[in-house]
Amino acid sequence: MNPSPSTPFSDVSFALSLGLLLVAPLAIAGVALINTGLGRSRSAAQSLLGSLVVISTAVIAFLAVGAAFSAASAGSDHIFRISGRQWDWAGASSLFLRGFASVSARTQLALLFETMAVALATMIPWGSGADRLRLPAGAAIASVLPVLVFPFLAHWTWGGGWLSQLGVNFSLGMGFLDAGGAACVHVLGGLSALAAVWIAGPRKGKFPREGLATAMPGHNLIYVLFGCMLALAGWLAWNMAGAMLWLNAAPTSLVITAINTLLAAAAALVAAFSVTRVRFGKPDASLCANGWLAGLVTSSACAALVTPFEAVVIGMVAGIIAPLLVELFELALSIDDPAGAVSVHAAAGLWGLAAVGIFTPRSGQFLAQLIGISTLLGLVLPVVYLIFWLIDHVLPFRADPDGERLGMDLHELGGGAYPEFVIHRDESYR
Amino acid sequence: MKYAGLLVMPAGFFLSIAAIMLFPASIERVAFVLCGLAVEAMGLIVAVRGHMQKRGESGA
Repeated sequence: MNPSPSTPFSDVSFALSLGLLLVAPLAIAGVALINTGLGRSRSAAQSLLGSLVVISTAVIAFLAVGAAFSAASAGSDHIFRISGRQWDWAGASSLFLRGFASVSARTQLALLFETMAVALATMIPWGSGADRLRLPAGAAIASVLPVLVFPFLAHWTWGGGWLSQLGVNFSLGMGFLDAGGAACVHVLGGLSALAAVWIAGPRKGKFPREGLATAMPGHNLIYVLFGCMLALAGWLAWNMAGAMLWLNAAPTSLVITAINTLLAAAAALVAAFSVTRVRFGKPDASLCANGWLAGLVTSSACAALVTPFEAVVIGMVAGIIAPLLVELFELALSIDDPAGAVSVHAAAGLWGLAAVGIFTPRSGQFLAQLIGISTLLGLVLPVVYLIFWLIDHVLPFRADPDGERLGMDLHELGGGAYPEFVIHRDESYR
Repeated sequence: MKYAGLLVMPAGFFLSIAAIMLFPASIERVAFVLCGLAVEAMGLIVAVRGHMQKRGESGA
């Protein structure tokens, strides 16, 4: 995996990759709409503005500092040797993109891909903290993740780091494979969401002292479902660009990647539709949206590497587990995650990464994928939690109770998203 | 309790890394990496239980 920056990249491949990467932000727009629709009406403007703030902060922080550590060209200071094997743990490029204009076309496209990836990854915890996370906290998360966590994970996976070199150093298949960002974007984002909701706590009234959790349905399912459609366009572009950049796929082999992306999402939706129909007697629109998104997330890991039939199976499993996990996290584990990010991004992403190992017939590939999963759970989650815990002590994540009662729009922006609508009183505050 | 769970999780990661460095045979490697993942899962379960316990005490 991971063609070096000097690997030739034809003009056709360059133009195609650039074009695809210009469409990829539709995935970010889709996820932002989904997050907003799944939150409450009195926090809608804050949620969408927050997405823009998070994207802006993340992009600046990453390009100014983080990109230096994610780059493919590692300096010898950042490589250590154990048992005669190299462990490349960080890139060593220049801060503030100095000398960027002179690097190869492939390296420039890789950086553009990573910039999009970091924007989406940091937006995922923002969606989970809906209705109580403050804008400054979102900006703080978006300024720290792209500098302290994402660049290292991206370098290990995409930049020739130790995870991608597991094949060379330890004969584990092609090394850890993550062409579309299931690990670096979705699992990182989903685990960050878990850390954020653990630290911020549940929305007021969500878990009463007695009885079941209070249902707080999303305020606009049209946003959610339209966001799903928008996300599909972006995901198709994202997965195809990832296949070209990180797997060196030829343009002629991209159609199968697109078909697999569609199949995984479609199978996941059918599965989620069926599961919710059986569970509740009628299909649940927001859980079906979660299923669709979970299918897309699994496709990020496997679309370029599996057959269409395997993509259907992988998507179907994601569509079954995503709505069940949303229910489990909320009802049994007291995790208030309005966007369902922990199930949709973290769990489905982990499943997609494992599925690559299961369905890719290369010796050692499954083990390489397990090592990647182990890194995400055993290293990334605790580190992200520690970082968020420290931020929370300096810049509290959560709005004060009065602000939460008013709604984040009025509290933080001074005006609501729907000024002409009457927002009815919340029964859970009585 | 939550912090204890989160502190256990890196131990699972280091177990996985040690497995690929120490064992050349694939069966032993897989077994130890799975053990590492099991340690991480245990840490996660402890952290989740700590979260639930804290919520029960605060009644949030």
